[in-house]
Amino acid sequence: MSAMHTVTRKAFIVIAALATIGAATGCHKKASGVDPNSLGPPPAPPSAAPTATLTADPLAIDLGQSVVLNWRTQNATSVTIDGIGEVNLNGTQTVTPSTSTNFHLTAKSDGGATEASVRVTVRVPVAPTAPAITEGDMGSDAAFHQNVQDVFFDYDSFELRPDAATSTTQAASFLAAHPAIKVVIGGYCDDRGSAEYNLALGENRANAAKTGLVAAGVAATRIRVISYGKEKQFCTEENESCWQQNRRAQFSLDR
Amino acid sequence: MLSPKRTSPTLYRLVALLFLLSCAASLRAQDWFKTETSSGISSIRIAAADFKPLSADPQTIGFKKTFDATLFNDLSNAGIFDIVSKSLLPQSTPGAPPEINLPQWSAAPTSASMVAFGGINVQGGKLVCNGYLFDAKNLQYPQVLAKQYSEDASDDAARQIAHRFADEIIFRLSGGSQGIAETKVYYVKIGGGGKEIWAMDYDGANQHAITHLGTVSLSPRISPDNSRLAFSSLDKSGFQIRMFSLVLNRMVNFPAAGGTNLSPAWDPNGKEIAYSSSRSGDPEIWISSPDGAAPRRVTSFSGPDVSPVFNPRTGAQIAWISGRTNLPQLYIMDTDGSAVQRMTDGGYATSPSWSPNGQFLAFAWDRKYGPGAPGGQDIYVMEVATKRWIQLTHDGGRCDFPSWSPDGRHIVYANTADGSAAHMKVWTMLADGTQKRPLTSDGADMPNWSWK
Repeated sequence: MSAMHTVTRKAFIVIAALATIGAATGCHKKASGVDPNSLGPPPAPPSAAPTATLTADPLAIDLGQSVVLNWRTQNATSVTIDGIGEVNLNGTQTVTPSTSTNFHLTAKSDGGATEASVRVTVRVPVAPTAPAITEGDMGSDAAFHQNVQDVFFDYDSFELRPDAATSTTQAASFLAAHPAIKVVIGGYCDDRGSAEYNLALGENRANAAKTGLVAAGVAATRIRVISYGKEKQFCTEENESCWQQNRRAQFSLDR
Repeated sequence: MLSPKRTSPTLYRLVALLFLLSCAASLRAQDWFKTETSSGISSIRIAAADFKPLSADPQTIGFKKTFDATLFNDLSNAGIFDIVSKSLLPQSTPGAPPEINLPQWSAAPTSASMVAFGGINVQGGKLVCNGYLFDAKNLQYPQVLAKQYSEDASDDAARQIAHRFADEIIFRLSGGSQGIAETKVYYVKIGGGGKEIWAMDYDGANQHAITHLGTVSLSPRISPDNSRLAFSSLDKSGFQIRMFSLVLNRMVNFPAAGGTNLSPAWDPNGKEIAYSSSRSGDPEIWISSPDGAAPRRVTSFSGPDVSPVFNPRTGAQIAWISGRTNLPQLYIMDTDGSAVQRMTDGGYATSPSWSPNGQFLAFAWDRKYGPGAPGGQDIYVMEVATKRWIQLTHDGGRCDFPSWSPDGRHIVYANTADGSAAHMKVWTMLADGTQKRPLTSDGADMPNWSWK
């Protein structure tokens, strides 16, 4: 928890600093459109009690996904969110809690203080998976290969078989839970037939596996395909079980 | 049907294969056919005399031996001669026209119609060779050809001079057919976990590496003017088209496109290349200029489209391999993608090569492909206009990547007797399937014969 909050606080400071730089450099040219003197006197200091709302979207996430916190206050002079610290009077913030969390906001003014809170539920998978992966971390190869398994093809075919559909679904949910992971799919063929044709066929196989993942909700931009045709072999014996090993789309972390 | 071709023996020699296919007209789709000599036309009987060394130093003797062996091989490889066995030659070695006694050569057992002879010498670091071709039956004006060659003395120069002299003889006696003795074969050399592009003379001599990229490089295709070599090479983003300049002796730029890019092919005027590219998602045939500019897509069918080759006669058609109906089949189309025609009626067809006269397609075909099927992958030749075909290899293991010689009378191809990729060798044969012989040892694949 505390580590996460430190990260978000740092992010906030960076954003604030960037906003300051932007105001100091790029924006002042545009200020000529509004004469500050024409805006009239500043509003009278608020004396009424503040009001505040805090929402989170979505309210429930899978481990590793993000939530957007959105808060609106009126009549407040300072607003703090527990674990994040002092924030703007109105604002949004993206957070990635690792466990279910109550986000608690306090708005203060001369007229008093008010509170708002929202609970974000984090669904942690029950099945054993990789250790908690945070954004920017691709995780281990072992966890990846356990959840994203190679798919195999019939001879001279690049259609996903029924058994591939199951593993594609599993792979897609793993990738949804690990948004930092990028995937490279290698297309492979057995060593019968001709090298040039097999390279084109391997491309079709890798693309079929990619299409399966995209259809299951994985962004196409996270996936790269390379055909190896029959230039690289998993198994070099001349029998059907070996050929089957070679007719595959292999998933790897694209580091 | 045969008579128009019988009236023109010159034409016969030029396109012996056409004649043979015509012979086989009533035997459509048979897998055996007659050789040239059994068709009733006799080849010219030629004797290649050992050349006379004009000095006795060991260097000259060495070059002379190389020259003699190369000339003899070139003439016997040409496929249009009945070459006299060395053991039947007269004892004499004439070095110049006054020294030859022609009746000695025309009489049995030599029985030569033509005699190639001459002298060879090393003078001031130059290898000087005088070569003559005499008509043994024409005692009054026997000289058909007289040539003098001078090159910096080396074993390779002796071989190249023999190639050039052989090509002159072939050109003169075949009725104008360009010889192939000076042509090259580019191929893939397997070794050290990678594949590099290599080159050799047409007879397998002078094998040497072209690329040193340390990756997997495939499908070398030499430009029609012998200046550039296009091929496909594996890098971090997959297979890309690469270009090597044989003039600059280094790689030259070819822009990377998305996806897998394979199997380049030159159009006959060297202005465009066609290749398979999956930059739009599915492997399709694309055409661009040789520097990669102005790419345009020619095919648009789901499934692999690969291995294009231009009709070298017209440049207006492309033959290629498509998996649009599952197993790969041979197709032809116009270069704008129209007039698509399927050529093979089944099986597993790959690796087309279009004959220089535009009339035939050589390709690899496994006619009974499938799990457990007894079929083998062999080299076939199909007449484009009629789709009649003949089988050129039989029961010799897996064959692939046929490539025509510029004179259209030879085909170089890859063969592995036991099916394993490591045992692949480059072989050559006459275009009727005779005179098969290996050019390389194990670990050579994907040969491509130069255009000249």
